Amino acid sequence: MGPLIVNDIISNNTNLFLAFFIGIAFGFVLESSGFSSSRKLAGVFYGYDTVVLKVFFTGAITAMLGLIFFSLFGWIDLTYVYVNPTYLWSTIVGGVIMGAGFITGGFCPGTSFCAAAIGKIDGMVFIVGIFIGIFVFTEGYPLFESLYMAEFMGYLTINDFFGISSGLMALIVIFAAVAMFWGGEWAEKKFPRKEY
Amino acid sequence: MEKSQTILRKAKYLNPYIGGVLLGLVLLASNYISGRGLGASGAMKSVIVSGVQTIAPAHAESALFYKEYSETHPGNPMNSWLVYEMLGVLVGGFLSGILARRTKLKIEHSPKISSKRRLVFALIGGILFGFGSQLGRGCTSGSALSGMAILSLGGFISMMAIFGTAFALAYFFRKNWI
Repeated sequence: MGPLIVNDIISNNTNLFLAFFIGIAFGFVLESSGFSSSRKLAGVFYGYDTVVLKVFFTGAITAMLGLIFFSLFGWIDLTYVYVNPTYLWSTIVGGVIMGAGFITGGFCPGTSFCAAAIGKIDGMVFIVGIFIGIFVFTEGYPLFESLYMAEFMGYLTINDFFGISSGLMALIVIFAAVAMFWGGEWAEKKFPRKEY
Repeated sequence: MEKSQTILRKAKYLNPYIGGVLLGLVLLASNYISGRGLGASGAMKSVIVSGVQTIAPAHAESALFYKEYSETHPGNPMNSWLVYEMLGVLVGGFLSGILARRTKLKIEHSPKISSKRRLVFALIGGILFGFGSQLGRGCTSGSALSGMAILSLGGFISMMAIFGTAFALAYFFRKNWI
């Protein structure tokens, strides 16, 4: 039963070794989907290319459904799967700053690595920027600590927050994703661009 | 002529829905094997912490962030799941680029802006993303994508804040992209 590492089915070193292969698959899928191109990524914000929206939400609902089914089949114990803690204010402010970084830089950290891997200099410069940004945070941490720790809501899931079952929540997320796919396809017809 | 040759030489991108299903399967495998989602910015934090510990060990022992980090993450910060995963991302991205004949040293930018402007904005964007990912406890991969897959409330808030802000600011940066 999964997760394999928590149930001692694999050793810690095997886990780290497999992380490398998970990373290879992750990078391969991102690059093959076009995530190494900032102009393709930024397209979602102007409607001419909504590949980000489609890949991102298809990925999220596939993994979400997979985890729910694995749990129902008894293949994985979800209580051992890491759920990100929710610190309300730092998540919102951090997300807003990341959004500003996305529209100015055209990448997020994972995609900038894919871009750099195939020789995009703008991707490499973005990575340099990430290092600077992280360094500013770690060095200035005493200044940001109170915001970083504010409004801790626990390791909370969205279904618990709304008081519904995970299955119903998943269904709602799927409906929302399908509506966004429809919107994405519409936008690509409405704001077409031949080449970029 | 030259243009059609370029098109012939470059492989097309994967269908986005197929790419998404594959991405979801990778994320599912990550959760099944390692009990955690994918990530990116955390690996870069390891590099920074490791760098500071090496270059300025006294500072790393006294400054609050590094002190707390070594208390919660014993051992070498580079010997972490995310560091190995991100090394894999570089290899995987490169392999895909080789197979699709997309590997080329270049600065990609809109014809309306200069290469220099593109790089300046890439640097600024990187700085913002790097800072925001630390404050927000994870980036698009670790917080938004992986968080949503396990229905974490933080993951959904993160996703909405990142994409919502980028949409809201898109108008002001349109010259860089369209």
